[in-house]
This record gives sequence, structure tokens and C-alpha cells, in this order.
Amino acid sequence: MDATLSIDELWVSFANRAGAIDAVSCVSLRIAPSECVGIVGESGSGKTQLFLAAMGLLAANAQVKGRISFEGNELTDSAARNRVRGSRFTMIFQDPLTSLTPHLTIGTQLAEVLVQHLRMPWRDARSSAGRMLERVRVPEPRRRLGQYPHELSGGMRQRVMLAMALLCEPSLVVADEPTTALDVTIQAQIIELLRAVRAEFGMALALISHDLAVVAGLADRILVMYAGRIVEDAPAGDLFRKPRHPYTAELLKCLPSLSGPRFARLPTLAGQPPRPGEKLEACAFAPRCPRAADRCRSERPELKGSSAAQVACHFPLSA
Amino acid sequence: MSRLADDAVRRLRANPAAVLALFVMTGIIVVTVFGAWLNPNNGQALDWLHLAARPSLAKAHWFGTDRLGRDLFVRTLAGTRVSIAIGLVASAISLIVGVGYGAVAGYLGGRTDHLMMRIIEILSGLPLIFFVIFLTVIFGRSETLLFISIGAVGWLTMARIVRGQTMSIRQQEFIAAAIASGASTGRIIFRHVIPNLIGPVVVYATLTVPQIILFESFLSFLGLGIQEPGASLGTLIAEGVGEMEAAPWILLMPGGFLAVLLLCLNIFGDGLRDALDVKEA
Amino acid sequence: MMRYFFTRLAGAIPTLFIIVTLTFFLMRAAPGGPFDEEQALPPEIMANLQNAYGLDQPMWTQYERYLKSLLHGDFGPSFKYKDFTVTELIRLGFPVTLELGAIALALALFAGIPLGVFAALHHNSAADTATMSVAVVGIAIPTFVVLPFLGLLFGVYLHWLPVADWEPGSIRHLALPVIALALPPLAYIARLTRGSMLEILRSHFIRTAFAKGLPLRTVILRHALRPALTPVASYLVPAVASIMTGSLVVESIAGIPGIGRYLVQGAINRDYTLVLGMVIIYSTLLIGMGLAVDLLYAWLDPRVRPAK
Repeated sequence: MDATLSIDELWVSFANRAGAIDAVSCVSLRIAPSECVGIVGESGSGKTQLFLAAMGLLAANAQVKGRISFEGNELTDSAARNRVRGSRFTMIFQDPLTSLTPHLTIGTQLAEVLVQHLRMPWRDARSSAGRMLERVRVPEPRRRLGQYPHELSGGMRQRVMLAMALLCEPSLVVADEPTTALDVTIQAQIIELLRAVRAEFGMALALISHDLAVVAGLADRILVMYAGRIVEDAPAGDLFRKPRHPYTAELLKCLPSLSGPRFARLPTLAGQPPRPGEKLEACAFAPRCPRAADRCRSERPELKGSSAAQVACHFPLSA
Repeated sequence: MSRLADDAVRRLRANPAAVLALFVMTGIIVVTVFGAWLNPNNGQALDWLHLAARPSLAKAHWFGTDRLGRDLFVRTLAGTRVSIAIGLVASAISLIVGVGYGAVAGYLGGRTDHLMMRIIEILSGLPLIFFVIFLTVIFGRSETLLFISIGAVGWLTMARIVRGQTMSIRQQEFIAAAIASGASTGRIIFRHVIPNLIGPVVVYATLTVPQIILFESFLSFLGLGIQEPGASLGTLIAEGVGEMEAAPWILLMPGGFLAVLLLCLNIFGDGLRDALDVKEA
Repeated sequence: MMRYFFTRLAGAIPTLFIIVTLTFFLMRAAPGGPFDEEQALPPEIMANLQNAYGLDQPMWTQYERYLKSLLHGDFGPSFKYKDFTVTELIRLGFPVTLELGAIALALALFAGIPLGVFAALHHNSAADTATMSVAVVGIAIPTFVVLPFLGLLFGVYLHWLPVADWEPGSIRHLALPVIALALPPLAYIARLTRGSMLEILRSHFIRTAFAKGLPLRTVILRHALRPALTPVASYLVPAVASIMTGSLVVESIAGIPGIGRYLVQGAINRDYTLVLGMVIIYSTLLIGMGLAVDLLYAWLDPRVRPAK
């Protein structure tokens, strides 16, 4: 059966006066129907640009190379992308206050999705929108339809964003840092909501985050990105128990844990990721890697492994 | 300071429109100052043989003559000189007033600032021309009145900008250091605040000059500014409108000069503002 | 919402009152009078004239009389146009000026905003540069140069449009004055819209709108346009002021019998009551515009509205 989203050797670069900056370098991935994939990485790792490219939402000065297919159809031009964007292939963003249009009611912003893609009349669309708000557990859904984004709390706004993404019964929802701008308690609620929605709707979910903890409870599989490339790709359980890439191991060490000493200092990763635009013929993580050797500084490691798990490292941690 | 200037010059050079505008402006100024020497005619002399004559090389009436036979080339240049002179002088006055007012308001802050800004708000509300007409009715048409009202054009915006800048400068540490070392308020304003205002002030000065030239021409056009026998571009254009159908060059020459002058000043001012990267108030 | 409007209205009335009072006293306190420039009149006739116009009364009495007559809509007699009262002149001229100004403002908005949106959508292209160049020309070159030049081109050389002889209601006569009057605010509005639109298009909520699969036209018209127009709303009052100023010139050149022309004549002739009346009319118009803009802000951005 076709993968829901299939990306082959994707390169995304931005041209500016100084030259070209590679945001995403040679990334390939597959998301199967109903699969939940977590994409983890620091800011600048290219995780957001990857999916913006897939949806065709990049800025004008972006150059994209590679193949992107959705449900078996290659997305070659804007017509192909327009057919799926917002209906079968949707995305929700990080900060729900700035991501919702301030001068339109919630009802309008929800209904317009149905009117645009399903050609529903406005009145029916608003009713459907109200029902969807119930399904994402927004209290008093009818009242919310007439309200403006600034009248809702952060958690409610994020539910609205999710509702907007679910209205046309998508095959794949991309959630870009859905909890980052929210309080910790609300974060838990949203993650729980995502779990429930996945169970109810059965769509595939791409969950982008810099925080492994967010991804932990939901993902079937996790991709770790560093400096525009995938460095590890493994089933979630395996990744947490036995990470193979040194970067993944360091990330895991940074997670606060409920067991262990009460006042231990939280470990941090030394150094900075490479600046975008720095091109190296070497492993990008080498400067910060505790296991780095000469080979790492002169030869870039390729992704190697089986279809179930891959890692890009010359000296991966033992399985 | 000089790094700011270097940056600005570099960016300005990369702006072809601004550079062109600068050249044309300089050209106009050169012609205005020296052109009269090249032309034997006298702006007041009436040439009975060439009344309202077309532009031609005859008797060096390069721009033609007006209804009274006066050479238009010389008159246009004289008018341009008057307009530019008034523009510069009035700009300088409004600059000094505006910077002073704004610096004091921004530095003192609190209620004084509040009051001073309220005054500016009220004054900005009414279009200046009505104020001028008002004063003209009371005091009659006079050249002093002209200077006062023209000077009133630019200082409001300047004062606002300067106040904003002063307020942010005031927060900075070297001011605290100066106060701690016992410097008086006046001294601080003069020696520390004002030198840091140069950037935005230069830009807005460049934009104020065309505003002032425009306002003076406007008044003169309506008959409320420069009176006969003096002439500025505004009065010449007013004459030209009267002769529009019969002798269009009487309108076209001074009108063209004013249009090009103002256009260049505006384009250069815009370019300068981009180069110095000053935000709109 | 209504309560907000009335609060603002109540605040505007004192302002108007202050303007009227200040204007009145300044004018009366000024040296010279409206009859000074006529040939020296024998003193008895002067005294009679002063009496007839009430100029020999104490200042306060004159002020009271003026205020009373104002409330009746009577601005007093014109000192120069002997057969007319100022009220009559206003009644004759105001609709003309209002028509001219309103059409010019409408033109500035309905041409300027789309032009700005167009330039923003074609950012950094030749079309963008061309549009903005035209805008600079519109802003820099004064109305009293533009109108005669247009008149020369379209009237004298091309004979398409009439240059003088005003006829009420005639579009052909209105065309050039309206265009000349609308040009500076049009250019400014185009620039403002372009800058604001460029910024709005970078917003997160626009990205969301595109992510929902909405077509460009919907995103621009429904999502981007209203927030992008906030600076234009701020500019409306200066735009009206600019049009009012421009109308003085346009009416004088084109021979249009509006209050602008009367105002200029009033200034030259030192016709007190006329100028006073005109200033009051213009001030009221501006203040009214300011109120309307406040209401407009509330509509453009729901966050500004007073909480329900």
C-alpha cells in the first residue's frame, strides 16, 4: 500500500545576497497510513522547513529539489499541491494566537475550510464546525463560533487549530511544535487530545518538536534531525531504550527524569549546532560529539541500516 | 559615527534613483547660481519687441518671455533662487526650533513632556494653510508673516522624532554617567543628547526642505506669499496659469523647474532614509 | 459601541467651541479692520458702517451675538460680498466643495489601495518599481503644478476635456480637478498599503490561511486586507486635510465656485466673517472625520472594541 507521504532526496535551500543556505539536505522519509512519526531536532535542524516544503508553503526565495508524493500522487506543481493542501494534508502551527486571523470569528475561520474544499453552503459549514469543536473538547462550542481568537485561552486556540486541520478528514496532519507556546499543564491536555483524535480519526500524524518528551507518548517511530539531515530513524521504543546516534543519546540525557536524585544538575549539550550555510564535508555533529574521531571530521556519514531503523554515524552506539 | 556614515554612503551609492536625483539637483543649483551670467538679459527689463514670445535663441530668450516682455529664463532662475533660499533658511529655523523643543521634551519627560506633546498634537490637527490664511486676515500680507508661517511647517515632525530619540538615548548609560559626574541638564542635552540625534535629524531635514519649498510656492501661488515685484516659483506659476492657452511656456518653465526640484529632493530624501535605515515615526 | 461614539462626540464639542472662541477673539483683536482698505471713508460713514455691522459694541457683546447667531446657523454678513451673508455663501459653495472632495477621496482610496496591494504582490518586480515611482511623483509634485499641466495636456493640446467654465454636475469638467486633487493622497495611500501588506503577508496567520488551502484571492481579501488597512485608516484625517488644502488651489485654478475659492478671496480681502465661517466649517469637517476614523478602527480590529 502506498505510503501516505513519501519524500525522496529532498533539498531545500534559500538564496540570499550572501549565497545559498541549505536548510534541508538530502532527506528521505516515508510516513505510512495512520502512522505517528515524531520529528525531533534543535531549531535550525530543518524539521519545519521539511514539511513546509512538502506542503508548498515556503518563501519565494526557496529552492526545492527532490520528489514528494502524497498518497501515491507526485506533487510536482502547485495544482497538485492545491488539491491536497488543507483538505487531505493539513498542518497546525506553533503559536495559536498569532496563527489565527485576529479580525475573523472562529466560526468563519473554521467554516471557510469546508466551504473552500467541500463547497458546503456557509450555514451548513458553521454547523459542522460547531460539531468539530465538540470533538476536540472545546466547551460551549456554539458560543465559541461567534468569538474572536483573542477571546479564547491558549489551549482552546490550539484545539481550534486542530479542528481546522481535521474538518476535511485528512490522511496526514503535521503538528509543528503544537505545545511549545503553551503552559505545561495545557501541554499535557493537548498531547492527550492528539492521542484521542488519532484513535478516533485514524489519520497519520507527523509530530515535530524539539522536546523528546512531547513525542514520547505518541510516536510509533522517531526521526532525529541535525543540521538539515536525518541522523537517526528508529521505532520509538527502541530509540528511547537503545539510541544509536550519539546526538540522540545526549538528547535523552537532557530529559529530566522522575527517578534519580532530587537535586541533580540537568545535563546540557555543550556547543552549538552549525550555523545554516556552513557546508562541511564531515559529520556535522563531530565538534560536539564525545565519540568523535578523525574519520568523523573528514567524511560525512550516510544513513545506514535496515528499513526498520537507520543511523548516520561512523561509530554508532552498540545495539 | 563615521562607520554609520560609511555604511550610509555605500547604501546610497547602490540606489540609482537617489544618485540621479542628487546629480540633477546639483545641476539645478549650479544653473540657478551661475546661469544668470550666461544670459545677457535682465529679469526686469521689458523687451517690447518680444512680448509673450516663444522660447528661441533670438535675443537669448531661451525660455521665451512673459506677457510683459520679461525674459523667462532669468526670471525662472531668480524665482528658483528665492524658493531655494527661503527653503533653506526656513528649514534651518524649523530645524533649530524642532530639535530644541523635542530634545527638551524628551529629556525632561513627565508632565512637561506631556504638555509639550499635547501642544504639538493640537497644532498638527489643523492644516497649516488655514492657520496662515487666518493670520493673513488679521495681520495683512507681510513677508515676516510669511517666514513665520513657513517655519511652522517643518518643526512639528522634527520635534516628535527628536523627542522619541531623546527618550531612548536618555535611558542609556552614558547619560547616567554624565548626571552622576554632576553635569547640568543643559550641558547634558547639548553635549550628549544632540550629537546622537544626527542620523534621523539629517533625514528629516532632507524631507523638510521640499515640504517648505512646496508650502512657500503654494502660498505665493495663491497670492498670500511673495508679492510683486519679487518673484518666487509660486508666483511665476500663477502667472503661467493665466497665460496657459496662449503662451504655455510661461507655465511650463517655472512649473517644470519646481516639479523637478521637488521630485529630486523627495527621491534623494527617500534614498537617504533607506540608507540610514530610519523608521517612519 | 454607541456609548463609545457618544463619548467621543462629547469630547469633540469642547474642541470646536475653543476653536470658535479663539478664532473670534483673535480676529477682533487684530489691528486694522475690514474697511481699512477701502478708500478713506468720511468718519460719519465709517461710524455708521461700524454700527450697522455691530463693530462698535464691546467685545463680549459681539461674542454673545455671534454665538447666538451661530446656533441659528447664521454666520453673519460677508463684509465684501455685500449682497450675501456668509451663510448663503456657505450654502452655495459647500456642496460643490464637498462633492469635489468626496469624489477625490473616493478615487484616492479605490485606486490607491488596489495599487498598493498589486505592488505588494509583485514585490521587487518591474511592476512594483513602476508603481512606486509613479507614487513618488504624485507625492512630490504639488497640485497647483499638476492641474495646469494636466489641463495643458488634455485640454489645450488634446482637446479632450474642458479647461475652464465650470458646469455643475458635468463629469467632463470634474475629471481633471478631481484627478489633480486625488493624486497626492492616492500616491500616499498606495505606498502605505504596499508597505503594510508586505508586512502582513509575512504574518503567521497568513501562513495558516495558505495552509488551509485557501486560494490567493481569498487570503488577500478576507484575511490580509483588513489588518493591512490600519495605517490607511490612520492616514484618513491627514488625507482629508490634504484634500481640503488642495481644493483651495484647484477651485481657484479651475474656477470652481466652492468654499475654497471664497476662503482665498476672504483672506486677500480681509473679510472677517467669511474667513471665520469657513474656518469653522473646515474644522468641523476635520473633527467629524476624526470621529469617523475612530469608529473605523474599531471595525478593522476587534481587539480595539470595548469589551462586551
